[in-house]
Amino acid sequence: MAMEYSEKVYDHFSNPRNVGEIADANGVGEVGNAKCGDIMKIYLKVSDDGVIEDVKFKTFGCGAAIATSSMATEMVKGKTIEEALKLTNKAVAEALDGLPPVKMHCSVLAEEALRSAIADYYRRMGKDPEPILGCTADCANCHCENH
Amino acid sequence: MSRFVYADNAATTPMSKTVYNAMQPFLTENYGNPSSLYRFGNKSRQAMQNARKQVATALNAADPSEIIFTGGGSQADNLAITGFMKGLSAKGRTHIITSRIEHHAVLYTCQALEKEGFTVTYLNVDNLGRVDLEQLKSVISDNTALVTIMAANNEIGTIQPIREIAEIAHAHGAVFHTDAVQAVGHMHIDVQEMGIDMLSLSAHKFRGPKGIGALYCRKGIALKPLVYGGGQEKGLCSGTENVAGMVGLGQAITDACGANLDEKMSYVKSLTDKLVKGIMENVPYTHFTGDPENRLPGTASFVFEAIEGEGLILRLDFAGICGSTGSACSTGSLDPSHVLMSIGLPHEIAHGSLRLTLGEQNTEEDVDYLIEKVTEVVASLREMSPVWEDGKPNLTAASELHSH
Repeated sequence: MAMEYSEKVYDHFSNPRNVGEIADANGVGEVGNAKCGDIMKIYLKVSDDGVIEDVKFKTFGCGAAIATSSMATEMVKGKTIEEALKLTNKAVAEALDGLPPVKMHCSVLAEEALRSAIADYYRRMGKDPEPILGCTADCANCHCENH
Repeated sequence: MSRFVYADNAATTPMSKTVYNAMQPFLTENYGNPSSLYRFGNKSRQAMQNARKQVATALNAADPSEIIFTGGGSQADNLAITGFMKGLSAKGRTHIITSRIEHHAVLYTCQALEKEGFTVTYLNVDNLGRVDLEQLKSVISDNTALVTIMAANNEIGTIQPIREIAEIAHAHGAVFHTDAVQAVGHMHIDVQEMGIDMLSLSAHKFRGPKGIGALYCRKGIALKPLVYGGGQEKGLCSGTENVAGMVGLGQAITDACGANLDEKMSYVKSLTDKLVKGIMENVPYTHFTGDPENRLPGTASFVFEAIEGEGLILRLDFAGICGSTGSACSTGSLDPSHVLMSIGLPHEIAHGSLRLTLGEQNTEEDVDYLIEKVTEVVASLREMSPVWEDGKPNLTAASELHSH
């Protein structure tokens, strides 16, 4: 089944921003699984006053998965944790000038990966992420059933 | 970036100049309807008869009347399977035997018939993609009307033991159909010598035009029509004939299956062998898929661990390379291709598949470029993959695969 991506998706796929790892990250989240064909891992470096100073990702997945990882990390860089939590998959897809319908789940994955990294940050800070984030279930295992 | 290498000849092939030239008059001045009574229609009718003869000759059919033109390979498969099962020659038998790795034109047709009450057995294949002949022998019965097994697989190129399968089918009074869409023009086919009762083919797979195919149907087999109408193609596939398409098919099959078939096969195979060797040597954690011996000369298929196929295709596209993948993302579902699953690849690995298919128009330079770019692109995607660490994959399934 053929589909077309927007120029922005192609741009973020061919020149992804923020690829890599952060050695001294204080929030790391990973969602998806290899069986489904996509895994996204996000690293956060959050400052003492709650600003995302740096963010990096590694993604195993299709063009849309890589492009949404790139765009989502761009959108939260320099933002506060609270602002980052407001990022929706829809906003990421819109920033990419849309995604083909069968690829919308890739943008969900980006949102989940980010929330998972933030939950990890909260835990490291000694805070319970559940009241703030809601579901802190193991997204790596519920992702497949969701779609 | 400036180079363009078309390495997806199993998807379609470039139409040849000779085919184009043969078709051209039937798209312009010779537009007469072959069914008309006046002499202006004669040219079209004669061209059609000539094309039928060319197809019959290429397949070594006993008579040109055994060739039924269709709108492509899928239509030929549908006509063969549904037309046979619902036709008189099925003699009330209701069982079909096929394989798990057929093209969807066969698989979905069989599934549709299952819903109508026919029974279907889907034969397993081994890890090289060869159908299980012992299973065939054990499931075939006096109720088996049709055995339909592809001549060669479109994704991994494995060639099936057609003659043996036909013998087993015939021993039980069943008819044997083969979807040879991927095979015709790329391997020797002789319907009489191989015991083939019905065979589907498609012109655009061997440098002919799209939208035209044919079903070889041995004399004496009665099919139920696929399309009702003006009674063209023995009433099996009605509709004003695609004369130009038929002429193109006739020319293409004559060119493809003619005297130089062996030479072409050995040239294409030498390119493919070089490509396979280059990629297997340059890209670690790569698996060759399909039968290394009995395969189509132009098919090179691989799986690369720790990357996903769609991204691979897009990045190769940026480098000017056309190839294809059986990853889930390319099919719009969560499952990778049914063929890769059937040969026993775990999901985790099957997502990273790449099929490069070469043709007579490819060159040694194309192959060098393919090896260079595939190596680069796989490395760049692994670089950003969370399941690739310190130069190797860290998937559990990957290590399981290595232990085999």
